[in-house]
Amino acid sequence: MELVFKRPECLIDIPFHFCPGCHHGIAHRLVAEAIDYFKIREKTIGVASVGCSVFMYDYFNVDVLEAPHGRASAVASGVKRAKKDRIVFTYQGDGDLAAIGIAEGIHTANRGENITIIFANNGIYGMTGGQMAPTTLLGQKTTTSPYGRDFTYDGYPIRMAEMLATLEGSAFVARVAVNNPANLMKAKRAIRKAFQMQIEEMGFSFVEVLLACPTNWGMTALEANRRVEEEMIPYFPLGILKERKMADYL
Amino acid sequence: MDQEFEKMLAKGNEAIAMAAIDSGCLLYFGYPITPQNDIPEYLSKHLPALGGVFIQAESEIASINLLLGASATGARAMTSSSSPGISLMQEGISYMAGSELPGLIVNISRSGPGLGGISPSQGDYFQATRGGGHGDYRTIVLAPSSVQEMYDLTCLAFDLSDKYRNPAMILGDALIGQMKEPLVRRKRSKMDLPPKDWALTGAKGRKPNRLKSLYLQDGELSEHNWKLHQKYEQMKKEEVRFESFFTEDAKLIVAAFGSMARVSKTSVELAKEEGMKVGLLRPITLFPFPETAFYDLSQRVKLFLTVELNTGQMVEDVKLSAARDAQVYFYGRPPGSLPSPEEVLEEIKKYYRLGQG
Repeated sequence: MELVFKRPECLIDIPFHFCPGCHHGIAHRLVAEAIDYFKIREKTIGVASVGCSVFMYDYFNVDVLEAPHGRASAVASGVKRAKKDRIVFTYQGDGDLAAIGIAEGIHTANRGENITIIFANNGIYGMTGGQMAPTTLLGQKTTTSPYGRDFTYDGYPIRMAEMLATLEGSAFVARVAVNNPANLMKAKRAIRKAFQMQIEEMGFSFVEVLLACPTNWGMTALEANRRVEEEMIPYFPLGILKERKMADYL
Repeated sequence: MDQEFEKMLAKGNEAIAMAAIDSGCLLYFGYPITPQNDIPEYLSKHLPALGGVFIQAESEIASINLLLGASATGARAMTSSSSPGISLMQEGISYMAGSELPGLIVNISRSGPGLGGISPSQGDYFQATRGGGHGDYRTIVLAPSSVQEMYDLTCLAFDLSDKYRNPAMILGDALIGQMKEPLVRRKRSKMDLPPKDWALTGAKGRKPNRLKSLYLQDGELSEHNWKLHQKYEQMKKEEVRFESFFTEDAKLIVAAFGSMARVSKTSVELAKEEGMKVGLLRPITLFPFPETAFYDLSQRVKLFLTVELNTGQMVEDVKLSAARDAQVYFYGRPPGSLPSPEEVLEEIKKYYRLGQG
């Protein structure tokens, strides 16, 4: 009998610590599948960020470095510049990339660093207990926006993918979701494409993945999944925002 | 050991850049700030031809994290800055110490607090020697007092940093960084260093390597901190460096480092000419501090005068190191001007008289 579904070689066989209904595990798996697909496990170096994603080093069967909060893209740039023939990716949450690390993220993209950023956007600080993130939607209640995010106080949710797509240094920018099988397949293709761009030395690649955080949204897994569709995707539209066809900038 | 020599007239900052290249450091990350710009300017010119990498980062925060990433691959890498920029790097330096990553940080310090000024200052002594960032750690700190030492100690810093898997710092200032002196550029062979089997190079034919500073399991972090502590204790045993100048029969010891030691050396010579028995003990490693050297001297000499370009920082270490019955005095000059050798001599005379009793 043919084995049609198995754990990616790139994922270590231990249970994720993520909460029930959390999408991090799915996004981790998609990254692992892409690394397996290109058979690059032995030359890949992952950079973990601070937040729920920090435990990446427990799950990925690749070399992993832990970066200070927000600095993953700078750290990854340093890794890549020292080892140009390795595949380097970061996995960063919205607090990490869009708040404390936004300067590093923008300048990494602008330098056209040939790395891949997987941006996990669930619109909330998960690990610290549900505080407002730069991507928290207007009106959304969090532990630090208990009356709902009000733009006159807190500004607007940041659309990172759109912002980074404006930079000449970006080669591939996409936003995906994993809330249903159709979106999941698109997410899988986008993440694979991002790694392909890096392998082909096309420059900076970025995939924003919309994730559910049922625990901190105060929802069941199903409700959270619906919220991705009904509230997040309308504000954070899915699709490929930029795709360089040739390494012409080089 | 020394194979090639090249004699030249060089700026202190450029001597650091040359030493980096000669030490096999081909990765530099930095952000402009006075008075250390000669370092990135020199390396931006020379690294590309050597196949190296020079990145002008968007901030000192990015610089230190680029360094962290490059060091994690086992490559030699560095950054340089000046006081306010070094403050921004402290988070990264703490992570490097916690993750046991080598790397060179050069602080051609300026005066503070805040934006302060660009004049020579030794106001960063505490920050440099007490770790600087959060958590219980130390960096190896070397304090050159000549252009030649800017070169020699940079080479040494790379070796010590690799040997201990710990960040190392050169602490200089505009006086040493901006002046020109004769320099012998000599390629030296590296120390016998342990292999970097911890480096992240891709998990080919081995288990994945992890470089991290997060330890959440019961007891793990405590064990990790004790391990770091052991390294610092080993540094104290094996890596202390200092210069003794006329200390043999001295009745008063001047303690000074870096640029202030240069001025003080002249003062000690002037004192000699006037028949006073005065010596100089110059710490070259600020961490590990020459505790034993001060203690041993203080068994015989009971008068110490610490001279610094600040309002009193290293003097605390001198007091901690010297025997309890030794008198440790302080003469400080906050940023703005340097004391002349004659001014320091007047201070020496003031305290020397106490010994004449």
